[in-house]
Amino acid sequence: MIYEKKELPGKVQKIGFLLTGLGLVLVLVSYLVDPKREAFNNVIGLMFFASIALGALVLVALEYLSGAVWSTPFRRISEFIASSLPLVLLFAVPLFFAMHSIFHWTHTDVVSADKILSAKTPYLNIPFFIGRTVGVLALFYIFYLLFRRNSKKQDETKDQKLTKTNVNLSAVFMFFAGIGLTVLVVDWVMSLEPHWFSTILGIYFISATLLAGLAATTYAAVSLNEGGYLGVKVGKDNYYSFGALLFAITNFWAYVAFSQFLLIWYANIPEETFWFIARWEGGWKYISILLMIIRFAVPYAMLLSQPSKSDPKNLKRVSIVILAAHFFDLYWLIMPTFSKTITFSFYEIGFPVLVIGLIVLVFYAQAKKNNILPVGDPKLQRGLDFHL
Amino acid sequence: MDTKKIHSVTAIFDTPDDIIMASQETVKAGYTKFDTNTPYPVHGIEKAMNIGTSYLGYFTLFLGLSGAAFAFAFIYWVAAIDYPLIIGGKPFFSWPAFIPVTFEVTVLSAAVGTVGVLIAGLFKFPNNSHTLHDTDYMKKVSSDKFGVCIVSIDPMFDEAKAKSFLQGIGGKDIETIYEPERKTINAFEPKFIMGLILIALLTAGATYFALNKLVFMQPFTWMAEQNKLVPQSKNVMFGDGYGMRTPVEGTVARGFTPYEFKGMSDSAVKNLSNPLPVSKQVLAKGKEKFDSYCSPCHGYYGKGDSRMNGQFPNPPSLHSDKVTNWTDGNVYHVIVNGQNVMPSYAKQLSKDERWSIIRYIRVLQRSQNAKDSDVEGK
Repeated sequence: MIYEKKELPGKVQKIGFLLTGLGLVLVLVSYLVDPKREAFNNVIGLMFFASIALGALVLVALEYLSGAVWSTPFRRISEFIASSLPLVLLFAVPLFFAMHSIFHWTHTDVVSADKILSAKTPYLNIPFFIGRTVGVLALFYIFYLLFRRNSKKQDETKDQKLTKTNVNLSAVFMFFAGIGLTVLVVDWVMSLEPHWFSTILGIYFISATLLAGLAATTYAAVSLNEGGYLGVKVGKDNYYSFGALLFAITNFWAYVAFSQFLLIWYANIPEETFWFIARWEGGWKYISILLMIIRFAVPYAMLLSQPSKSDPKNLKRVSIVILAAHFFDLYWLIMPTFSKTITFSFYEIGFPVLVIGLIVLVFYAQAKKNNILPVGDPKLQRGLDFHL
Repeated sequence: MDTKKIHSVTAIFDTPDDIIMASQETVKAGYTKFDTNTPYPVHGIEKAMNIGTSYLGYFTLFLGLSGAAFAFAFIYWVAAIDYPLIIGGKPFFSWPAFIPVTFEVTVLSAAVGTVGVLIAGLFKFPNNSHTLHDTDYMKKVSSDKFGVCIVSIDPMFDEAKAKSFLQGIGGKDIETIYEPERKTINAFEPKFIMGLILIALLTAGATYFALNKLVFMQPFTWMAEQNKLVPQSKNVMFGDGYGMRTPVEGTVARGFTPYEFKGMSDSAVKNLSNPLPVSKQVLAKGKEKFDSYCSPCHGYYGKGDSRMNGQFPNPPSLHSDKVTNWTDGNVYHVIVNGQNVMPSYAKQLSKDERWSIIRYIRVLQRSQNAKDSDVEGK
C-alpha cells in the first residue's frame, strides 16, 4: 500500500487557536475575578485534560495488548492526542500554588484538631501529593515516548519486532495505568473531601478516562476518514467497532457509577453518605439526574441499534455528547465541595474550551510532522481490510 | 438419479468479500429464493442478499423491556404491597435496591427470549432434518468456506443455467443437492411405543427420586440441619435440655404496665382517678367488655341477675349504696384483684378496658337511679 500524506486544512489550526485564545482569556479573567472558584475549575480542567490524553494512551496500549487490527489505521490519532500529556502537567502547576484554597487537609490547624485527618497525613501532605502527581504524569509521558519512538521507527524500518516490543511495553504500562489513574483521582477528587472514601472511585475514573479518550479518538478518526485525510478509505466495520466499544464502555461506566451509589446508599453510613447528599441538595440533584441522562441514557439510545454504530454522523454526535457528559461528570465530582448550591456560569466554560483548543493545536502540529497512518505497522493492511 | 427431486444448486467461495459479491450477483441475476451459508455471521450480508434487516432485534428489545418492567413491578408488588418488610430502615419502595435484579431479569429475558424466537420463529422449529444437513457443502461452509445455495423453488430455477451462472461468478465445487427419500414413520410401531414408555418411566422415576429422596440427602439438607435453638424441642445447649428459656425475673411484656397496688387494701387506691374521658367511644368499649366479662354474673344491667343458673354464687347488685359511693379507683382495684369469690380480671382486661368498663358501670348506675331532671323536656 502506498501512503500519500495529505495535509490537514489550515482551518483546523485556526479553530485550535480560536478556542485556545478564547479559553485562555476566560480562564485569566475568571482567575482575576474569583481565584478560589477558578482553582476548582482548574481541577476540573486538569482532570478533563488528563482523562482525554491518558485515555488515548490507554487505547494505544489496549490495541497492542489485545492484538486488535480494526483500530490500527487510527492508532496514530490516539497517539497524537496522547502527545499533549506534558501540557496536562502545566495545568497542575497553578494548582500546586492554590492548594491551600482547595484542599482543607493542607490547613495544619484543621488537621491537628481532627483525628482522622491527622492519621492520613503520611499520605496527604503537600510534598508527597505534588510528587505523586508529577511522578504519575511523568511516568505516563515516558511510556508515551517509548511507544512513539518504536512506532515512528517502524514507519521507516517496517520492523515487525517493534510491534512485539510495544506489546511487552503495553503489558507493563497497563499495570501502571491502573494504579496511576487511581492515584490521580484519589488525590484530586477524593481528597477534596478527605473524610470520604470510596474504593470504587478509581475504576469509576478509569472507565470515564477510557470513554473520554475513545470519544476524542472516534471524533477525530471519523472526521479525518470522512475528509479523506487518511489517504485510504477505511470501511464501515471499523466504524462499527468504534460504536460497539463506545457502547460497551458507556454501559461499563453506568455499571460502576451505579455500583458506587448502591453500596453507599444501602450501607447508609453517615461518613460515606454525606458525599452523595452534597450531590443531591442545593440544586445539585439536577446535575445528578442530568448525568444519568446524558452520560448513560442518551449515548445508550444513540448507539443501541446496529446501523447507528457505524453511521459516521451519529458517531461524531455521540462523541460530542460523551465528552460534554464527561465534563459534567467531573463538574459533579468536584464542584459541590466549592459550593453547597449549584452554580454554573462563565467561570466553568473557560477550562474545557482551553483544553479542547490545546488538543486541537497539538493534534494539528503532530499531524503535520508525522504520518497519520502507521505505515510500517504489520497489522495495518489487515486493519484496512477489516471485516467483522 | 433422475427420479430424485432437486433441492438446490450450491457453490463454494473462499472469503467474506467473495460471498458478498456472489450474493449481489445472484440478486442481480434475478434469483429470489437463494440462501448463503457462512461459518460465522458476516456483517452486511443481509443487504447484499436484499432480504432487509432482521426483525429479531425488535423482539430482543421488546423482550428486554418487558422483562425489565415485569421484574421491577414484581419486586415493587412484593416489597411494597404484598409483604412489606422494613429492611435497613429504608422505605418499602426503595427503587435502587430493585435495579440489580431488574437488570438481571432484563438480560435474562432478552437473551433467552431471543434464542426462543430464533428457534421457534425463524428456524421454524421443529425442523431438525434440513436437506442441506449432512452434505459435503454443509461440512465446508460450517468450517472455513462460504457458500451460496440457489433453491429449486425459485421461479426461474434451471439446474444447468444456475450451475453455469455460479461458475461465471467464480464459484467452486458446484454441486446439485437432491432431496433425500423420506421414510414414513408409523406412530404405532412397537419400538416407538416402547421408547415412549421407557421415557415416561425414566422421567417419573427421576422425578420421584429428586423430589422424595434427593432433597432429603446430604448435602441438600444442610440448610435444614442447623445447629440452632428451636422452640419446644430438645436441645443440648442448656443443662435442662430445653430450647426455650424462662424470662428473667421481673420481665415485663411489651405494652404492659404492672399494677402497683396489687394485694394492697382498698384504701390505698381510692384516689386513683379514671384517665379516660366520658365519650361515646369509651362507653361503647365499656359496654362491649362489660357484656363479655362482667354480665355473666352481674347481669346486663348490673343487678346481680346471674345467667350462671346457680353454678356460681350470685353477686350483689352494683346499684347498692356501697358500690355507688365507691370511687373509680376502688372499682378498678376490685377488677384487678377480685373480691370474695370474684377472681381477678387483670389477665382478660387491659388497663384501658377496665377504665372504660368503670365509665359504663357509672352509666348503668345512673340509669337505674334516674332523676326527673334527666328526662328531656322536664
